[in-house]
Parts: sequence; C-alpha cells; structure tokens
Amino acid sequence: MHNKTIAELAKGLADGDFSSVELTRHFLQRINTLDSQYNSFITVTGEQALAQAEAADALRAAGNAGKLAGIPIAHKDIFCTEGVLTTCASKMLSNFVAPYDATVVSRFKQAGLVTLGKTNMDEFAMGSSNENSFYGAVKNPWALGAVPGGSSGGSAAAVAARLVPAATGTDTGGSIRQPAAFCGITGLKPTYGRVSRWGMIAYASSLDQGGPMARTAEDCALLLNEMAGFDPKDSTSLKKAVPDYTADLNQPLAGLRIGLPKEYFGEGLSSEMGDTIMTAVKEFEKLGATIHEISLPNTMLAIPAYYVIAPAEASSNLSRYDGVRFGHRCENPVNLEDLYKRSRGEGFGKEVQRRILVGTYALSEGYYDAYYRKAQRIRRLIQQDFLNAFNEVDLIMGPTTPSEAFDLGSNTDDPVQMYMEDIYTLAVNLAGLPGISVPAGLVNGRPVGLQILAGHFQESQLLNAAHQFQNATNWHQLAPTANQ
Amino acid sequence: MALDQTDVEKVAHLARLQIEEQDIPEYTRNLTSILDLVSQMQAVDTDDIDPLAHPLDATQRLRHDEVTETNQREHFQKNAPAIEAGLFLVPKVIE
Repeated sequence: MHNKTIAELAKGLADGDFSSVELTRHFLQRINTLDSQYNSFITVTGEQALAQAEAADALRAAGNAGKLAGIPIAHKDIFCTEGVLTTCASKMLSNFVAPYDATVVSRFKQAGLVTLGKTNMDEFAMGSSNENSFYGAVKNPWALGAVPGGSSGGSAAAVAARLVPAATGTDTGGSIRQPAAFCGITGLKPTYGRVSRWGMIAYASSLDQGGPMARTAEDCALLLNEMAGFDPKDSTSLKKAVPDYTADLNQPLAGLRIGLPKEYFGEGLSSEMGDTIMTAVKEFEKLGATIHEISLPNTMLAIPAYYVIAPAEASSNLSRYDGVRFGHRCENPVNLEDLYKRSRGEGFGKEVQRRILVGTYALSEGYYDAYYRKAQRIRRLIQQDFLNAFNEVDLIMGPTTPSEAFDLGSNTDDPVQMYMEDIYTLAVNLAGLPGISVPAGLVNGRPVGLQILAGHFQESQLLNAAHQFQNATNWHQLAPTANQ
Repeated sequence: MALDQTDVEKVAHLARLQIEEQDIPEYTRNLTSILDLVSQMQAVDTDDIDPLAHPLDATQRLRHDEVTETNQREHFQKNAPAIEAGLFLVPKVIE
C-alpha cells in the first residue's frame, strides 16, 4: 500500500479495496517501526489520525466522501494544528500547543484527509540541511550519512521513505524544492500569494509560500487543488480563481519552448549533475519541446539580496517571541529586559540567532537604505530577468541544486558556504514565481532534481510538463532500497 | 565590512538577544562574512529601480472597521507562561 501514489490510493478507497482506517494503520505502523532511523517526525498523532480515518470511512459509506477523503498526509511542524504541539523545530515553541488550525490545515481537514503528524524541519525554516532542528537532524533515507535537505527535510524524508504518501512544506528560498531533490520526490512551490500563509509560522513574509511534497506531479496537482485559493485572513493572499490543476496534466508538449539559463549551467555545477540534467531536458525534446539558451544576468545577486531580505523580515517576525504570551520563558527574570533577552537567547538556536542579528543590523538606524532598500531594488532586477525570459520561452529548466545531497556535518562550519547551496532556488522566491523539482536521476547513488519554473500563476503548465516527464521516465518511482 | 565584538554586542542588544560571551567571536566572524557576501550588491547601480516589496506588486488590502473576531482570551492564554486574572504577568516594571 505504501508504494501507491495518492491518485492510486484515492481509487483504491473509492473502489473499496481498503478502508482509510486500514491505510492509516499501515502508515502509522511504518512510522513506528522505521522512523527511529530518519527522525522525520516531531509529533505523531496516531489517535487523532485513526478518529479522522473512521470519520472519512463513515462519510464514504454514506456516499459523501470527497476525492481525497481518507488519504493520510503529514504537516511540516511550521503549520499550526489546533490542540497539537506546533514547535517549528525550536526550543522556543517546544511547549506550544496551537490554539487554531492554519488555513492549509483546515482546508485539508475539510477535504477529509487524515493527519498522521508533524514533520521535522530546520528551526523556523532557516536552513538547507535540516541540521538546525532542536529535535535533531533528519537523515536522508537514500543514505543515512547524508542530509535530506532543508528546511522541509522531515516532510521530504518521510515521503521518500514511504512513511506517508504526501506532506506539506514551505518554501522561502528553496525549502520545498531542495529537500524534494535530495530525497527523490516531487515538490511544488506555488506562486507567492496562491496558498494562504495564515497559521504558517512566519519566517520572511514577502517570500514564504506553502506547497505540496509528494511522489508525483499528479499528486501535487491533487493536493494543490485543496490548498490553493484566496484567504481573507492572509493580507498578501491574492484574489484569483483556482483552476483544476489536474485538468491540463495530459496536454501534449509539442511546441513547448524551454529556456535553459546559461548561468545555471556554469561554475559550481558538478559535471555529473550537468549531464544528468541535460539528459532530462532531452526527454522534453523527444516529447516535442524546443530548447533555447537564455540568460538571467543577475542570478548571482540573488544570494546577497536574499540574505538581506530574509533575515531582515525574520528579525521583525521573530520579535514576537518575548517570553510573555507564549513560548519559552527563562527562569527568574530580574526585570523585563532580562526576561526578553534570556528567553530569546535560550529559546533560539544558533542559525536563528545569526539571522536575527544580520536582520537587525540591516534594519538598524543608518543602514536601512544601504541594505534592505538596496536588496529590494535588486529584487526587482532579478524579477525583471525572469519576466524578460518568459517573453521568449514558456518554461525555464535547470538543476534544483548544484550537487547531490551532501554529508551530514560537512557544511556546518561556515554559514556562507551553506547559503551557496541555494543558488538555483532563491531567485524564484524573490521573483514570486512557481517552481517544481522533479526526480531526474541519481548522482553517486543519491537522487537529484530537475527544477522547472513558469510565469506567475502558471502552476498548471509546470504540472503538465512534470507529469509528461514522469510518464516518460521512472526516476520518480525509485525508492531507497530499505523502503521498496 | 568588518564588524568588531562591540558591534555584535550592540546589535544583540537591539534584538533583545542574550548571547553567550564565548559565542561572540564566532558570531563576529559569521556576521562579517555574511556582510561581505551581501556587499556584492553595492557594485550594482540601482538608482532608477523601484524597490520590490510584494512579488506581484499587490498593495495592502483594507477591510471594513468591524469586529469580526470573538473573544477567546482564555483559550489563547493556555500557552502563556504566567497569567493572573486574565492578564499576562511580567517582572515588575513600575516601582
């Protein structure tokens, strides 16, 4: 059962091959027996899951079940879940029981999906390796000595290990696409404003976007149908009709124009990666697409612009953790300032502290124009590169990451070295574009991803291309040996 | 731009963040290398470029000034470290 996609599981439930309770028990059993190796879950909500599964089965028996009712999923521990511990993988929130559901969570509940638990992540979504978690690093199911990527590393590892058919993730600078690539699954970052951020613990509000992580593009389309849509509670949510994202999956790709940015195939990309990605691109040529070299001249500026904007917004967002209303509070504060300083000093891990310091510096008196304002201007240049490119091509393709998953502990000494890992993903968030990572092969036995980008709100086109690629290849069907 | 330890202590104070004495040299090195990375931006002339705040240039939506939320104080205060009579407790501020 655990090797089936959501589309297949939905059919099995509809045909009565198995019940949601059976399905839920099966996956809970896998989590209980296997996850000690991967550490992909922070909280498992077995009892609630079984109650939700029974409710889904009852709805189905009464003929009232929606298409995805009874399918188990997991939520990244950044999404608030009412009555369930919601930690953001931080000591700061290690005692926080969310008093309400995030919009994404309540939409999935309404659709009858079953929540198995909350997945591990980099603390406050800050990281590219999932080594910055208060609950310990997540291991990549393909190689236990390798990172799963981050920040949605728990979600990616859990889906790759077949502990859950799909999970939610969030992507501020690549945090859905990069772990999806490292773990050999499919991960979609929607257009900024497409999926509600309400109840999704804020990191960098002008960049954060939630999205689905699953085995196939078709599954991502099914999940996005439930996640996407305007939400009055999110002030940056966009009022725009939600199409059926499965409708265009089977459109032929003949005539599709694909752009390959020369900046994505230059220095820093390993030759094995380059070859693997070009082999994947050739599949699209066989399907009738044409390939064009394009240029995104400001690519290298994405890293500096991102590492001003994201920390600046984080330092502002994380000022809410003050030890007063919720979250960690230090023992015996002598005065209010001591309460703030020690609660925050004890509650936040190192990478979070680093980013708060950088962001506070960038926003401090006399530096705002030179850093934050400057980065926002660069941000427009980066977006303009993409908009120019989309005048000439329909989709942009390239590697999701410069190399395959790196070893645990290998990048932790120098934060700047780690930031370079995000070179192909950051610009997409700065521009607010949708992007997907699909499994494209193995390099040194570890999975790598092909990243596909489209214009704003063109998720259907992305999913169509990814689905046709998956019809023509079987990389997305590979599983880690222990999990076949 | 090289930061020194005093700069880091000042920023930590602005962020109301207690950092351990022994971590300050490491943070100073880290922040200096991050700011070096970020300084690459200064080489680009952006005088005629408008800053981009929302990727789709959307502006803040307004709503009617009406009460839409119900009072759930007790529910929300379940996560509070210290409360009394519906109020959040902090160390004494006024003598």
